[in-house]
Amino acid sequence: MSMNRRDFLKTAAAGSGMLLASQAMPARAAMPKELPPEAVGILYDATLCIGCKSCMVNCKKYNSEPGGALYSSRRISPPYEFSTPERIWDDPHDLSGKTLNIIKAYKNGTGATKDAAENGYSFVKQHCLHCITPACVSVCPVGALRKDPSNGVVYYVENRCIGCRYCLLACPFRIPRYEWDTAFPQVRKCQLCRHRYAEGKYSACCEFCPTGASIFGKVADLRKEAEKRLALKTGDQYDFPLQTVGSKDKSRRTVSKYINHIYGMKEAGGTQYMLMAGVPFELLGFDKNIRDDEFFPDFTWAYISKIPAVIATVLIGGAATWAFTKGKNKDKEK
Amino acid sequence: MNQKDIKMMTPMTVGLILVMAAAGVVVVYRLLFGLGAATHLSDIWPWGFWIGMDVLGGVAMAAGGFIIAGAVYILNWRKYKVIVRPSILNAFFGYVLAATSITLDIGVPWRIWHPIVMWQINSIMFIVAIHVVLYTSTLATESSPMVFEKLKMTGAYRAVSKIMVPIVLFGVLLSTLHQSSLGAVYLIVPTKLSPLWYSKSLPYMFLISAVLMGLSMVSFETILSSRIFKHKIPMDVITGLARGSLIVAVIYFAIKVWLLVSGPGIGAAFDGSFTANMYLLEMAIGVVLPLVLLSVKDFRTRISSIFTVNILVIIGTLLNRLNVGIFGLAEYASKFGVDYFPSLMEFVLTAGMVAFAFFGFKVSAKYLNLFPETEH
Repeated sequence: MSMNRRDFLKTAAAGSGMLLASQAMPARAAMPKELPPEAVGILYDATLCIGCKSCMVNCKKYNSEPGGALYSSRRISPPYEFSTPERIWDDPHDLSGKTLNIIKAYKNGTGATKDAAENGYSFVKQHCLHCITPACVSVCPVGALRKDPSNGVVYYVENRCIGCRYCLLACPFRIPRYEWDTAFPQVRKCQLCRHRYAEGKYSACCEFCPTGASIFGKVADLRKEAEKRLALKTGDQYDFPLQTVGSKDKSRRTVSKYINHIYGMKEAGGTQYMLMAGVPFELLGFDKNIRDDEFFPDFTWAYISKIPAVIATVLIGGAATWAFTKGKNKDKEK
Repeated sequence: MNQKDIKMMTPMTVGLILVMAAAGVVVVYRLLFGLGAATHLSDIWPWGFWIGMDVLGGVAMAAGGFIIAGAVYILNWRKYKVIVRPSILNAFFGYVLAATSITLDIGVPWRIWHPIVMWQINSIMFIVAIHVVLYTSTLATESSPMVFEKLKMTGAYRAVSKIMVPIVLFGVLLSTLHQSSLGAVYLIVPTKLSPLWYSKSLPYMFLISAVLMGLSMVSFETILSSRIFKHKIPMDVITGLARGSLIVAVIYFAIKVWLLVSGPGIGAAFDGSFTANMYLLEMAIGVVLPLVLLSVKDFRTRISSIFTVNILVIIGTLLNRLNVGIFGLAEYASKFGVDYFPSLMEFVLTAGMVAFAFFGFKVSAKYLNLFPETEH
């Protein structure tokens, strides 16, 4: 085609200019890996949980209010999931577009002993872990999932979401869920009741937990509390705080045997939801392939950070090749 | 055969139109009742056949466009000029197919434009979205001279022809990034995707296999359209493409084996599981058999065996995309007791997209000067 070398060099130069401009971009793109300054979260202690599901009931109730993570203007009652023919009670079997928080039970053998892996049982509470460096936030093409820079809550901005569901695929904890049954769907996930903070309230699951199995607070305080519990001797008496980590309301109980592990301290680079239990977390449904200090967004960033170099190589290499082979072929044609 | 002799109302055309009409019904149903009603997708299987086949497969099938355009305009390999127009047009239809399917696959199709204005550069999906938009426009520009020619718009024709080289170079850049970024999409699922496919090299593997697929696809359609439209088959082009396929297949095979050995180990491919068998099937059809055939010079220069190789590579690469997009996640999903098999509607929509591509190609062959330098 007719285009002289000077035109071509001009184009190549314009391309390189774009490249230089684009190189400034990646520097500020990589995601933060530190706990936000005012990070809030939840500590769940399975040894205190009696499986009453009060947290599930109140999660659904308070999140169905305007501003809540389950709210929909097209609904008049909370999105219950009925699985019995009588349709009497909300009975979800897993997290879903209608359920952000679920209590599951582990049972082995006779199921006689609480918090024992063999011939025992344990409850476990599953909801968003609010990763310090969340995969869902990094993969969202439109920034519909965000991490609050101050309190670290991973939240959802409905009117940006295009519904690509990359967050569902990317989350190693299988937390984001989709509303498959509507033509106007949203992604649903726990947002730590952030809509209640303005009125001085906090996560409903913690407010309505009768035993202190779920407590809300600053992540730093929750971590200290968890470590303190791990250091306790089995059989000792301990005053477990109720509702929030700093609460004066306490419940004196005998300390059960803990697995020597606080889930969420390091998994996937650390999370703002931490769990303690008497049964190994693998048995409670946590994926053992999620390694410590492994930031998921790094896997894709490894590719994205190379893009400017690819642009430069292809444009410059291609231009050079064109200039080189064009002359050669002309000679041949003559 | 002349362009005038291409008949439009044949049983094949009627069939294509019927399939497209059925797909149209699926589109309406999906928009009215949502994804749950139209597909078998679920929270554990958020992506299915439309992503695996139409998007990953469709884009790989379109790779011939940038390869041939690059060969002709950047490397100045003039002999491939005869197939540059059909290759680019084929790529254009591949991208239209992928773009249409992704628009229907996302939950909120009327917000498909959001990534263009709401940048999020940590997201591979954002990178993919921008590339689809830019490259589809680039392909349209690359195809436009045909249309300007037909409409006798000489000014526009000359203007586009003049800037063809930078446009093609831009297209090569976008394709390199787009083909590889589709593989990069899966870098975020190390705990979900089987190690038979998951590796840090996924983007490179997608790029190399797309080149292999592109070469075969172009060769396949050159042979096919020569038969249908009764052109003489440009033998030097076909054998050149076969030689290219051989080189790329050798490289691809070597990296595949190395990734297997250094990753999950050779044993993982032969443990008899469903996942392992899908891997072996993909390798046998898409890489090993074509390599065996191409390495024999006699086969490499014969149309019938090249045609066979083309079909094998196309099916094998599509299988690779389905393996990464669907089957490779099966073992993980089965832990939660959730299975996935596409619904009839998912199949019908994809069939409609393919029918659209064939129909569009035929219409273009009749009304545009698609094969400018072929002998009749």
